[in-house]
Amino acid sequence: MIAYIIRRLLYAIPILIGVNLLTFALFFFVNSPDDMARVHLGGKRVTPEAIEKWKEDRGYNKPLLYNAAGDSGAKLTDTIFFKHSLRLFALEFGRSDNGRNIGYDIRQRMWPSLAIALPIFIVGILVHITFAMLLAFFRGSYLDTAGVVLCVVMMSVSALFYVIGGQYLVSMLLRLVPVSGYDVGMDAVKFLALPVLVGVVSGIGASTRLYRTLFLEEIGKDYVRTARAKGLSELRVLFRHVLKNAMIPIPTGVVVVIPLLFTGSLIMESFFGIPGLGSYTIDAINSQDFAIVRAMVFLGSVLYILGLILTDITYTLVDPRVRLS
Amino acid sequence: MPFQLEFLWTDILIYLLLASTLAFAFYTARHEHLRVPWRQVARRPMAMASLVVLTVYVTVGLMDSVHYRPLLEIRNQGERVYSNEVLSLLDRMTTLLRTRVEKTYSAPFAVQAYSKETVEYPDGRHAREYPRLSYGGAHLQNPDDRATDIARRIGFATLAGLALWLLLIAGFVWWWRGRAESWSGAVQRLWRGESQVPWRAIWMTTGVLIVLVANAACLSPFYHIFGTDQVGQDVFYKSLKSIRTGLVIGTLTTLVMLPFAAVFGIMAGYFRGWVDDVIQYTYTTLSSIPGVLLIAAAILSLQVYVGNHPDSFHSATERADIRLLFLCLILGVTSWTSLCRLLRGETLKLREVDYIQAARALGSSHVSVMARHVLPNVMHIILITVVLDFSGLVLAEAVLSYVGVGVDPTMDSWGNMINSARLEMAREPVVWWSLASAFVFMFGLVLSANLFSDAVRDAFDPRLRK
Amino acid sequence: MKCPGATRTVLLTVLILFSAAAAASWNNPYPAADAEKNILYSAFRERPKTFDPARAYSSNEYQFIAQIYEPPFQYHYLKRPYTLVPLTATTVPVPVYLDKQGHRLPRNAPVARIAYSVYEIHIRPGIYFQPHPAFARDAAGKLLYHALGPGDLTTINAIGDFTQTGTREVTAADYVYEIKRLAHPKLHSPIQSLMNDYIVGLREYADTLKKAYDAIAGGREEGVYLDLAQYPLAGVEEVDRYTYRVKIKGKYPQFLYWMAMPFFAPMAPEADHFFSQPGMAEKNLTLDWYPVGSGAYMLTINNPNRQMVLERNPNYHEELYPAEGEPGDAPAGLLADTGKRLPFIDKVVFSLEKESIPYWNKFLQGYYDRSAVLAESFDQAIRFTGEGDTEVSDAMKQKGIQLLTSVQTSTYYLGFNMLDPLVGGYTERARKLRQAISVAIDFEEQISIFDNGRGIAAQGPLAPGIFGFREGRAGVNPYVYDWVDGKPQRKSVEYARRLLAEAGYPGGVDPATGRPLMINFETPATGPERKAQLDWMRKQLQKLDIQLVIRATDYNRFQEKMRKGDAQLYDWGWNADYPDPENFLFLLYGPNKKVGHDGENASNYDNPEFNRLFERMKNMDNTSERQAIIDQMVDIARRDAPWVWGVHPKQFILQHDWLFNTKPGQMANNTLKYTRLDPKKRAAQRAAWNRPVIWPLAVALAVFVAGAVPAVVSYRRRESGRRR
Repeated sequence: MIAYIIRRLLYAIPILIGVNLLTFALFFFVNSPDDMARVHLGGKRVTPEAIEKWKEDRGYNKPLLYNAAGDSGAKLTDTIFFKHSLRLFALEFGRSDNGRNIGYDIRQRMWPSLAIALPIFIVGILVHITFAMLLAFFRGSYLDTAGVVLCVVMMSVSALFYVIGGQYLVSMLLRLVPVSGYDVGMDAVKFLALPVLVGVVSGIGASTRLYRTLFLEEIGKDYVRTARAKGLSELRVLFRHVLKNAMIPIPTGVVVVIPLLFTGSLIMESFFGIPGLGSYTIDAINSQDFAIVRAMVFLGSVLYILGLILTDITYTLVDPRVRLS
Repeated sequence: MPFQLEFLWTDILIYLLLASTLAFAFYTARHEHLRVPWRQVARRPMAMASLVVLTVYVTVGLMDSVHYRPLLEIRNQGERVYSNEVLSLLDRMTTLLRTRVEKTYSAPFAVQAYSKETVEYPDGRHAREYPRLSYGGAHLQNPDDRATDIARRIGFATLAGLALWLLLIAGFVWWWRGRAESWSGAVQRLWRGESQVPWRAIWMTTGVLIVLVANAACLSPFYHIFGTDQVGQDVFYKSLKSIRTGLVIGTLTTLVMLPFAAVFGIMAGYFRGWVDDVIQYTYTTLSSIPGVLLIAAAILSLQVYVGNHPDSFHSATERADIRLLFLCLILGVTSWTSLCRLLRGETLKLREVDYIQAARALGSSHVSVMARHVLPNVMHIILITVVLDFSGLVLAEAVLSYVGVGVDPTMDSWGNMINSARLEMAREPVVWWSLASAFVFMFGLVLSANLFSDAVRDAFDPRLRK
Repeated sequence: MKCPGATRTVLLTVLILFSAAAAASWNNPYPAADAEKNILYSAFRERPKTFDPARAYSSNEYQFIAQIYEPPFQYHYLKRPYTLVPLTATTVPVPVYLDKQGHRLPRNAPVARIAYSVYEIHIRPGIYFQPHPAFARDAAGKLLYHALGPGDLTTINAIGDFTQTGTREVTAADYVYEIKRLAHPKLHSPIQSLMNDYIVGLREYADTLKKAYDAIAGGREEGVYLDLAQYPLAGVEEVDRYTYRVKIKGKYPQFLYWMAMPFFAPMAPEADHFFSQPGMAEKNLTLDWYPVGSGAYMLTINNPNRQMVLERNPNYHEELYPAEGEPGDAPAGLLADTGKRLPFIDKVVFSLEKESIPYWNKFLQGYYDRSAVLAESFDQAIRFTGEGDTEVSDAMKQKGIQLLTSVQTSTYYLGFNMLDPLVGGYTERARKLRQAISVAIDFEEQISIFDNGRGIAAQGPLAPGIFGFREGRAGVNPYVYDWVDGKPQRKSVEYARRLLAEAGYPGGVDPATGRPLMINFETPATGPERKAQLDWMRKQLQKLDIQLVIRATDYNRFQEKMRKGDAQLYDWGWNADYPDPENFLFLLYGPNKKVGHDGENASNYDNPEFNRLFERMKNMDNTSERQAIIDQMVDIARRDAPWVWGVHPKQFILQHDWLFNTKPGQMANNTLKYTRLDPKKRAAQRAAWNRPVIWPLAVALAVFVAGAVPAVVSYRRRESGRRR
């Protein structure tokens, strides 16, 4: 098991290098160091000397990937790529182009992101599984049909409508929660209630339908029939057997997103003014802060790969039949 | 010619897609084993009703994909001057909607503007009032007649629509009834839904659609039936224009990614070894980059390119089009990985199957084995993915446009409409019709696509076909 | 029911929710305990880039640091036109002019003879810095936190984590230190290159510092401290503890305005040294984020991700509310607090609010004290009176909301690139083409559609409130407007078409190609919200059958194109740095061209006559002679039409009636200290406006329960059926 994990972790390294190179290439195609300098120096009275100075100061005056002028070793190391991108492997995010320590900001902003993503995730799974169980329980009845139709209808509505509608109804018309913002501690609850509600509701359609299919597949199996024949009540059959066995496919879709909860949700955060990593990323894209974008891409990839590994491990835990190979 | 045809990049791809769909349909029709699952789809009333709705959307989308430049004038040397403005067939058909632009917001069916304006009377008096619209309800002498006028037009349109519908049904029944069957018998059979193909559902949906279209056609020349937006453009027209954007994103994205996903997926599963490693490495790398960031970076770089080469793009339409195409490409790049993974898994299983081993033993080349034996056997996976992805992509467009990395802001799209509607929702009194219109049109497309894709999946997925 | 535990939880939650409803407004974004405190609530849209006074140059940064850093002068809060008054200085100095040899010249000496101007500034004694750990001393009088070791910072995450603070009197040396910082190699002060041209020796000083810095740093990137006091700057000298002198090249009356900006506020070398210690920057402890000033407020919480808090500086020197203002100020209640000590408010909380809509909603709910008027909510807020004046709508009036308006000292314009072969150049053909377009673009309509009348159509480059601006008939641009019935009226489209035909493009068709004229329009406006406006622009040129090709790019790309001179038509704007016509007219001054000179003249307009007049005008005092020259210059520019004179936006501010002493103005930024508020009234209003509507919740719950009943019944039936 441990050997497997180590092997998987080693396999992640070339992937991360690839990610790094790709982001680097993409970003510098978009954004010449001159552009970055101009954004950071502001719009008024920017002279070419000031731009040159800024680039020199931040180390953006070097060649991108290959420094022909350098000594043998410095040919590769004295470049923007080496100076700015490779340090990430030590989880050293460095400083953003406006001088702030990125690691510090990420650590600060991680919590609001988590505070909104985690409840959506947990409450979401509970609610969706409950609904799916209900539908599976009433399978074939009018309730099931109505439920499935409702699911499809809910799936067909863009997430943006849920957010806009929810904000309009709950904050503006009913004045139940603040329109947007964030606070620490218990005060956060009033800011988080609506985004969490919207997040859960907007996911109902797709998830419930998915879980319902999984449950129905299990219910059709022989052992369930046997259990029922033994006289177990339907609820018990559902919980004891169906849910337990359905727990194998559910983690595939679920576990992989857990690490990504840290990086937050772009739309929710920007709509509800939550100072998490999602809005951090959007801001960085808009202000062309390469250092932050790169750090966030790297972080996202690391977490994604972590999610994949976690998924595999969960598999073995919930289903001993699966062996890691 | 009074016009000059103009082929945008996406147009060409759409024609290509259309051609390949037709070819595929033709091929399927000639092969009995391929027709079986489709027949199953055709028996589902829900699916067929959705198909009717989808057909309407596709028709509008296709009409909006035939572009031309109108002729401005013919000079004395016979030289023709064409406009720089690129129009489509749909624009041509909705010229009234396109050109009847009010000054600013007006509510659906309004005859007066939505906000007060200072009006100067001939006697020099100023007053703050709701001015009449220049086009919406302009035929009315007295604004108070509006309700009766609308009711009259709705009544007329509905009746006309119903009449047309009945006529069509009559024609259909004439074609459909059995040789010895009486007319009334056939109608009864249709009414009771006693047919393999759910004709009743199809005709009901068609009827509803015909009546709706008739109403829209009858009312929209006289009123702005979905209101107007901030610069006074007809929202109904904008929603119609957005259909093409949604369809293009939903279909071209998959079209673009299919070759990669299919070739790489099958190769990885078939060859295994280092080929597999390389392909797996590529898609894991790609899929581990957060999608939005990848899209944002790609769209930004496109803007840089367009900004640096302004001369390659003559009109705003062309620039918007290239961005749309690019968005499809990049969405394709972010979404091909999952299909690739599925195909790889399936091919891994398939290559151990007897007849493929046999084909190899008989000396068929790798390429021919993959093309003739593997590909047909994974076709259902591809088909299901294409159909299932469609609605997700249409929804994704809206979100991306909201984040600012979607289609060109000058292009009509539901995402852009929703985005501006956010501001409108905060107005007082609230401007709700852009949002509502985008919602209705988008919902119609996505819902019918979802229902249809369900049927396709059920029919093709061997796991469920027990 | 099978799970009574869950039911109980639900019931309990509902109960708690309902009982809480009676107590307070649910939607209050602030802690309930602060409800009646003397706190002003405001917001910031994006996190400011820096609070370093040598670097900050944008309004969202000035919003904060103008309250914290005090330059020697400030703009009078009430008087218009804007007047400079001393802040920490004792008087506004009159410069001494010197010739090349350093001889003193009389006040009225001709500009050509003036080689140097010397400003001698006396500052008030008894001004102290805010309490700050950088000044903290131990019992022996040694600075406490200036020799921090590697372990000393482990428990420190924000500036408030240092236990000891201290203060010190502000001296002339601190002002000198800050001017020297403008040339610091690591600071990239935005005005360094401008000041290089004026402050004597600054350019050479920058080179000296760079060498010195590299020697000290020796490759280190952090923890480097360059003690500027050791390196003298020729043009700036400390005369005594409370006096310093600045020597600038030539005559430059506008220099005083610069000295009213935070670039010239005092900076304590202790603070600079304190923050340059190793390990500080890693924790984001830098002067960029933790300002150390002597102003009315000090920054106590700095979390740019969420909230910033300014608190009253306990060491603030005595400053009294002004006693005189404009004639209308006394009736408006702006003189009620005359002679009282500033500041009035204890604390100002700025919350991050990226979008305007939530901000507006919270303003209506009473959670922000002031707001701009959004275009989206204009009709909700503002009503036009019969005479075309504006006032707040009845709904706002009921809430006691007040409206304050003022025309901004800025201009938004459409510029032609004068280097372009089609629209540029100084031939009659090009001039007529530009004039025709100027007539066709109906800015009055734009103002009414997109700005709800919040602006006035510009007649020339100068904004109202700036010396040289003319009102009424004398100020009208005769190339675009006619004077009809005592009002300017835009010339007709027919007139524009005629001009276009005279220019050689009858019907908008270019005879050379036989195709309609196509003009490229560069704009940094991307995003759907601007689409409507771009559509409108296209419609304007369609009036002349000219086709407008819109090339919207991001701001960076846009600037790049401007610098290369690739544009034909573009839109841009300018906010005045200081209230002087030179700050507007230099945007059309030839040697200030964008192409080749990297100046701010984006149209690359270069008319020798205009340039000559500009050089004469720029150093003059505001006399009638100066007015005459400006009139001439404006007329030349109008005729050449390098810009389509656009809009001077009007600022509309709404405020609640618990706020006092607000006077809109563009020049002064340090205005928070004048504002007063009545927290009791605010608390009462907030409670009245924010009663939550709970019945839909109850209804939803009821519907849910009602829906559950048939499900439970059918379950029971099925179970019993199975058992049987």
